[in-house]
Amino acid sequence: MLTNNFFSLEISVAEAEKRTGKNTVNMQEIYTVYLIETRPVDALTEGITPDSLWRRYSEFELLRNYLLVTYPFVVVAPLPEKRAEIVWHKLSADNMDPDFVERRRVGLENFLHRVASHPVLCNDNIFNIFLTEVNWKEMVYETGFQAKADSRLKAVNAAFRVKNPDGRFTELKHYSDELQTVLSQLLRVRARVADRLYGVYKVHGNYGRVFSEWSAIEKEMGDGLQSAGHHMDAYAASVDDILEEEEHYADQLKEYLFYTDALRAVCRKHELTQFELEMVALDLACKKQQKEELVTGTVRTFSLKGMTSKLFGQETAEQREAKLQVLEQQLKEGEEAVKEKNTESDEFVKTAWVDIERFKDQKDRDLKEALISYAVMQISMCKKGIQVWTNAKECFNKM
Amino acid sequence: MSRTIDAVVSPTQTNTIPADISGQMLDLDEDDDLEVFSKDLTLADGNMFNASMPTSPGSMVNQCKFEEDEESDSKDIFITVDNPESHVTAIETFITYRVLTKTTRSEFDNSEYEVRRRYQDFLWLKGKLEDAHSTLIVHPLPEKFVVKGMVERFNGDFIETRRKALHKFLNRIADHPILSCSEDFKVFLSAQAWELTTYKKQGPGFLSRMGETVRAVANSVRGVKNRPEEFTAIQEYVEDFSNKIGSLDKVTQRIVKEQKEYLEELKEYGPTYTLWSGSEEELAEQLKGVAGCIERCCKETEEQVGHLSDTLVPVLHEYVLCAETLKAVLRRRDNIQAEFEAKNEALATKKVDRDAESSDLGFVWGSLLGKNPEEARHQRQERLDGEIEELKEEIDKLEDRVEWANNALKGDWGRWQRSMRGDLKSAFLSTAEKNVDYYEKCLAVWETFLLSQRTEPSEETDRDNTP
Repeated sequence: MLTNNFFSLEISVAEAEKRTGKNTVNMQEIYTVYLIETRPVDALTEGITPDSLWRRYSEFELLRNYLLVTYPFVVVAPLPEKRAEIVWHKLSADNMDPDFVERRRVGLENFLHRVASHPVLCNDNIFNIFLTEVNWKEMVYETGFQAKADSRLKAVNAAFRVKNPDGRFTELKHYSDELQTVLSQLLRVRARVADRLYGVYKVHGNYGRVFSEWSAIEKEMGDGLQSAGHHMDAYAASVDDILEEEEHYADQLKEYLFYTDALRAVCRKHELTQFELEMVALDLACKKQQKEELVTGTVRTFSLKGMTSKLFGQETAEQREAKLQVLEQQLKEGEEAVKEKNTESDEFVKTAWVDIERFKDQKDRDLKEALISYAVMQISMCKKGIQVWTNAKECFNKM
Repeated sequence: MSRTIDAVVSPTQTNTIPADISGQMLDLDEDDDLEVFSKDLTLADGNMFNASMPTSPGSMVNQCKFEEDEESDSKDIFITVDNPESHVTAIETFITYRVLTKTTRSEFDNSEYEVRRRYQDFLWLKGKLEDAHSTLIVHPLPEKFVVKGMVERFNGDFIETRRKALHKFLNRIADHPILSCSEDFKVFLSAQAWELTTYKKQGPGFLSRMGETVRAVANSVRGVKNRPEEFTAIQEYVEDFSNKIGSLDKVTQRIVKEQKEYLEELKEYGPTYTLWSGSEEELAEQLKGVAGCIERCCKETEEQVGHLSDTLVPVLHEYVLCAETLKAVLRRRDNIQAEFEAKNEALATKKVDRDAESSDLGFVWGSLLGKNPEEARHQRQERLDGEIEELKEEIDKLEDRVEWANNALKGDWGRWQRSMRGDLKSAFLSTAEKNVDYYEKCLAVWETFLLSQRTEPSEETDRDNTP
């Protein structure tokens, strides 16, 4: 449960359940739904039962897409994995696996908390409706956000052709690429390390079995062997809890791995906005030049009209005057457009950078805490190891 | 068990292996002989070395007595095996080891010997000891070659492992009350290379050994009929023990393998944090800290695996070989008993033969050859009586042999069990201690890191409710 200053509701994703139903192509499918419970913050001590409704993963995706489009200057928190991708062997990659579902539940709750604690997003109407209204989908579609979404092609095109993006955004883009690479690698290696550690611990379980069998044929050593065997079993079993805790750490890293996508999205939006500004400014410059040529009569740029007029004779003064009028109008519009785009771009850069600073602080805090908790986990693992082997040593002493 | 030996044992002997025990040679006259490297050992004559023969129980007991408590301060012989060297000849390449002996025993002329021996020589010694004392438990030698893992004979680790096993082999024999008195053992420790070669050529030849083997095979096929209960119990134990120790050997080797693979992955893990720190500002210090911790834990893990390989693996492997030795010893004891039983049966048959009133064929032949039937029968009786007397003598000897073999084995069995318990207990103890040490060191590494994090209050900003 989370409470916070900005948001009036306490949110939790309490449960997960399997449902069957027909999908869009009328085929049977099994899917998981998650129970969202909400309760007014001040109702904490009054024991009021929370409101609740069920949501599928795809609905969360829809909400997030809406937020991305509507608030392009915000680094929007990521959702947990759709499919289990970086796993070590004991965890199944099956979406229906209860451990995976549980971790996803936690991830979804975390997502909602992130949004609820965001100074801008928490006030969004659709977000509130998502939490409280069953038929929210109609309303989100009504916002027409899908039409507002920038096409991927447009964004890629802008990224290539933009001339003067803000240096900070370029840097941020590089940083998010680096972070993505390094976190992917880290998560992969960590999974392999976990795998190997699992192997080491589990083989010790065999000691337990053999010691027990051996103790049956020994007189003096029997007791010592038998009890040592029990400790070996305990040692082998202890790895399950250890690695489960580490999964939580891995999930924290994964969240920031997925955050890099959101960072890149903000950078892309900036590039697009900047590009559009540049295009409009270029257009204005073009038009200015055309006017100048028209006024001074010199042709500096090649144009078909210019050529034809040379070939077929000059325009009349009235024709020129008409053209000039049009151009003047276009120039005025152009200048308006440039002013608008400039404001838009500045506004974007300003608000985006505020959110990026907020994100950076959040990231530094969260990851620092994660690393500390990782150290705590290692310490706990070492303590368990000391205890088991000290006990085993006692037993061997009695042999 | 401590042994009292006819020779003088210095009263000031201590538990630790003295670096130079010449100072304790209070009772010896020939100070000139006290060289550290007695390469100039001259032999009086070849008569000093008797061909190795099974000695009767009586003479053995005169030399060495058994006592219940073994005190290590009665140890009067110290042997080390070290300094492997490679020798290349036209035919082959082989390794020799230096065998250094320091002793106060009177049957040795000098107090120190240094010789070089190769694996073949150890094999020879083992064979001689087993021949002479077929039901004593001789500590196993390391294997000739390791089949799995394709270890090269001249690989450093292999040589070191072998050296340690050879060292243990000789020391076990030195500790054994009966085996350590063996003439062959003495020759092994003290003779120069060419002397040893000469000595080896003496003793029962090839044919007589073949005869022994044939008899042994015949006896084992026949099988023993009335094995005493206690030996059956021992055999059952050995079967089970062999299984268990084999399993432990495999499990331990598997652990070593898994641990090594874990170490490999861990070695890649730390550097990834360092890589990450390159992209961060606020987090850089911390990330480098974590990387450092992981690297230090890597070193500890490496040490721990090394300890396992050096301490537990060789001991378990030794006892796998011991189990095979025990099985062979039990078989040999059975064979000795089988031979005795066979001779007894032959005696019974002969007696029946002799006491039979009429012997059809012999009688008929005798009468055909013109012999007096009475005379023929009398001659036959005499002949059989003679054979029966011979048999009875043989049987007496065999009976003694069986009794000696059984007693030797019984005595040694208790001894072996105690050593086994001691060896395995100490190996497992050492492993457990090392593991505790390993986790304690890793704990310290991470606690230091944590401490460094918590003493940075500048990083703790006031947080509004954050997720």
